[in-house]
Amino acid sequence: MHRFANPARFLRIITAILPWSAGASAALLPLGLYFALIGSPPDYQQGDSVRIMYVHVPAAWMALAVYSVMAASGAVALVWRHPVAELVAQAAAPIGAVFTAMCLITGSLWGQPMWGTWWVWDARLTSVLVLLFLYLGYIALVNAFDDPTRGARAGAVLALVGLVNLPIIKFSVDWWNTLHQPASVARLGGPSIDPQMLLPLFTMAGGFAAFFVTVLILRVRAELLRRKLRVLRLAQAQG
Amino acid sequence: MTGGGFWTMGGYAAYVWPAYAVTTLALIALLLGALRGLRQAERELATLEGSRARRRAPSASAAGDLA
Repeated sequence: MHRFANPARFLRIITAILPWSAGASAALLPLGLYFALIGSPPDYQQGDSVRIMYVHVPAAWMALAVYSVMAASGAVALVWRHPVAELVAQAAAPIGAVFTAMCLITGSLWGQPMWGTWWVWDARLTSVLVLLFLYLGYIALVNAFDDPTRGARAGAVLALVGLVNLPIIKFSVDWWNTLHQPASVARLGGPSIDPQMLLPLFTMAGGFAAFFVTVLILRVRAELLRRKLRVLRLAQAQG
Repeated sequence: MTGGGFWTMGGYAAYVWPAYAVTTLALIALLLGALRGLRQAERELATLEGSRARRRAPSASAAGDLA
């Protein structure tokens, strides 16, 4: 872990990863889109509305995965004071917020034809809405301090406390009676979805993940430059 | 595709297409936002380093005059 704490080395590593993650997203997203919209069958009950699943479920997975990345980087930044971990957490937050909003909006568009309602205040939907507020709260908190280091620490604490929400989201469909269907991919006994539907789902999820890595690297690079700018300006102001 | 065809999405066009439109727009916005942020930081850094270099040059010659 400490080997990555050096910003120059970290920059070299992420610069080397960037073409691969960008290439993987450029290949997987159109392929996933093809499988999702053309190359897969409609559901026997839900018809073509099931195609919303191929963006809704990967968005939900990313919402949770990005939050884990953010909280883990926040923890590393808190414990070992690694400035790079701070940057990663801050760069990840807006991406996670977008995936969460995407999950809620596509879910709503799926809920209306299937459940007959855009929204219900049930455990799954509400806990995902809380996740969105955690992301937004994190972003607001980090930016509320003049001293970026203090902002990052406060944000990391919030991210870690909010971690309790992740198992609540995951198990909400088992713990409470909800309109939302229970887990059908990551469950004991294997997925209960037809392989023809798993293909677009996993292709899209892979594309989303590669896209996240790409955007994260771009944002981290920008943030590294901004840190450098701040240091240079401070040096300039002090003559 | 059920009988209805690609664009009608078997009657669910009003839900499927907005879902994909929102997803696509969100991803594009993320990418463009990240690229713009990076370009802006690069530009600001270039300007700052340029002005520092300019300021260092005359002060160096002034030091030379003193010596």
